[in-house]
Amino acid sequence: MIELKNITKVYHLGEIDLPVLKGISLRIEDGEFVSLTGASGSGKSTLMNILGCLDRPSGGEFWIDGKNVAGLNADQRARLRNQRIGFVFQNFNLLARTSALENVMMPAYYHHPAMPTAEIRQRALELIRMVGLEERMHHTPAQLSGGQQQRVAIARSLINNPGILLADEPTGNLDSTTSVEVMNMFRDLNRQKGITVIIVTHDRKTAAFTDRAINMCDGLILEGVSDELSATLSK
Amino acid sequence: MKLTTLFITCLRALVRNPMRAALTVLGIVIGIAAVVAISEIGEGSKKQIAASFSSLGANVINIFGASVSTSGVSSGMGGRASLYPTDADAIMRECTGTVKLASPYVRASGQIIVGNENWSPNSIKGGNEHYLDIEGWTVQKGRAFTKKQVEEASRVCLIGSTIAEKFFSDKSPVGQDVRIKDVVFTIIGVLATKGADAMGNDQDDCLILPWTSIRTRLMGSSGTATITKGGAANSTQTISANSTFSTSAVNFYPGCDLQPFTNAPHPLRTRTVDSLLVQIKDGVTAKAAMDEMTTVLRRQHMLEPGVLDDFEMRDRAQFSKMMTSTSENMSRLLVAVAMISLVVGGVGIMNIMMVSVTERTREIGLRMAVGARPRDIMYQFLLESVLLCLIGGLIGLAVGHGASQFVSSQNGWPVETSPAAMGLAVTVAAAIGIVFGWYPAWKASRMDPIDALRHE
Repeated sequence: MIELKNITKVYHLGEIDLPVLKGISLRIEDGEFVSLTGASGSGKSTLMNILGCLDRPSGGEFWIDGKNVAGLNADQRARLRNQRIGFVFQNFNLLARTSALENVMMPAYYHHPAMPTAEIRQRALELIRMVGLEERMHHTPAQLSGGQQQRVAIARSLINNPGILLADEPTGNLDSTTSVEVMNMFRDLNRQKGITVIIVTHDRKTAAFTDRAINMCDGLILEGVSDELSATLSK
Repeated sequence: MKLTTLFITCLRALVRNPMRAALTVLGIVIGIAAVVAISEIGEGSKKQIAASFSSLGANVINIFGASVSTSGVSSGMGGRASLYPTDADAIMRECTGTVKLASPYVRASGQIIVGNENWSPNSIKGGNEHYLDIEGWTVQKGRAFTKKQVEEASRVCLIGSTIAEKFFSDKSPVGQDVRIKDVVFTIIGVLATKGADAMGNDQDDCLILPWTSIRTRLMGSSGTATITKGGAANSTQTISANSTFSTSAVNFYPGCDLQPFTNAPHPLRTRTVDSLLVQIKDGVTAKAAMDEMTTVLRRQHMLEPGVLDDFEMRDRAQFSKMMTSTSENMSRLLVAVAMISLVVGGVGIMNIMMVSVTERTREIGLRMAVGARPRDIMYQFLLESVLLCLIGGLIGLAVGHGASQFVSSQNGWPVETSPAAMGLAVTVAAAIGIVFGWYPAWKASRMDPIDALRHE
């Protein structure tokens, strides 16, 4: 369970203080399939960075599974990201000139306590199989299509059995057919494995896959599905 | 992150850019190669100098008479004729703990004549039957003189290889006659070649005689028998005329000085020797031997406590140590210069690591996002630069060793493989990896994952 209470984030740009999040309170239950939408500049990327423990809020309280994570230091946040949160990025962010299998295995190397390499490999193989890339597991990212790369990235995000999957515009660089495939994969993970999936997107079609849309505007949350969005969904 | 995984990760990163890694490593390779080659050649020349000194006689202490001053004129060392041949016997007999061999030593100079040719050898030296061993001479042909021949002041001599070649290129010199200042000596042996000494003097251009023969048969007209300006007596002239042609037994102990006594005793030059040569035992310090010999000599000379020594001792090793340390300093200087090229190589490593960190910003961001702690990133880049340097160091080691071997085979320079220098070179390479890899690695570890992920 993720809970945010009155989270604020202020960027200091020289003399000027730029408030980006102006008091966000939010609660995401375990096993939810949520989208975070909003126009650019609405603060959704900042919120996602805070949810992903990549950034610290300027103020407010933030709990993951009942643990206050707002005050964690860099090392503690690194461990939390490693073990509790899986990341999927818009531009896939796979290691270049490294095989798909190695890419999937990589986050497990930072697991604490250390896992035996054989076990990591075994788990990575299962995940590669799950995303349907067993024939291409020795290919490097350059030899894979965008959709395949994103599937490798999803497999990578799952290697440490995270409870939360955080996807930042996962379909942004994909065509519509592959987007649907990828979104279906997220839904399956949510439904079958009970993983909390949070998808940050500005694309309404993508948001439509999720059960709950959190709409952000100007650093604040417009809870629920907006009228405009529901109109799109009913089409 | 486990060390093995980290190691593999770093190795993969290096292999991904083989050309760049090779060029980066080149600086370290050259630096380490230079250090290794120079230290091997330096070590070799050090050994060579040490060897050339041991050909002068290893572990040898010279004992001279002390200087003497008369009417304000100082004679310099050895001016006082205070050493007796019996001193050598006493030292050998009594200093059993430290002394191996002892011999009197006298010098003469002059012309030698064989047949219708003449020659002025570098040196005509005399000692007792131990002299050859002390000075490290070996007899190549014939034999050395015996104790008996020393006591009889036999007219026998050993010649150095230079003289043997000069006069006897077509026949064996052994058994031939040589005239030294009109006294006929029989050559009983030829000495093995020693070559030039550290100063470039031909050591083989010499004759070695029993010291008694020099003192009793050559004295008077010999160059070294001219007496120093100090107080020592010039008594030798008085008996030289007899001795030159004497074939009968030699009187070692002439009755008394023919000169009137003055305030200072003037011992006869025939009774005294120029100096003593003492070879000390292996593993004994020169200091210990000198202390023991001082006690014995003071007793021999019946010196009261409080009276200054009438002799002085010089350790030849001091000189050889000085020469060795000179060459050592030289090679140290060269190694220091080579170290500079290592530092330049290190800067190259740093440069490439900075480029690498910038280039792989996204990778760093990703690794941080999926759970790498700052220190994991730091270790990764640090290990990468250390690996680069170590690989460079090992290649440099091989290249440097090969270069010194090549130089030695081409120029005949002596080289000496030095495991210590090799170990040091590799350690230095690793240290350079750490020192110059530190800043880039630290920079990488301080990146903000969000900015790093967004980096284009």
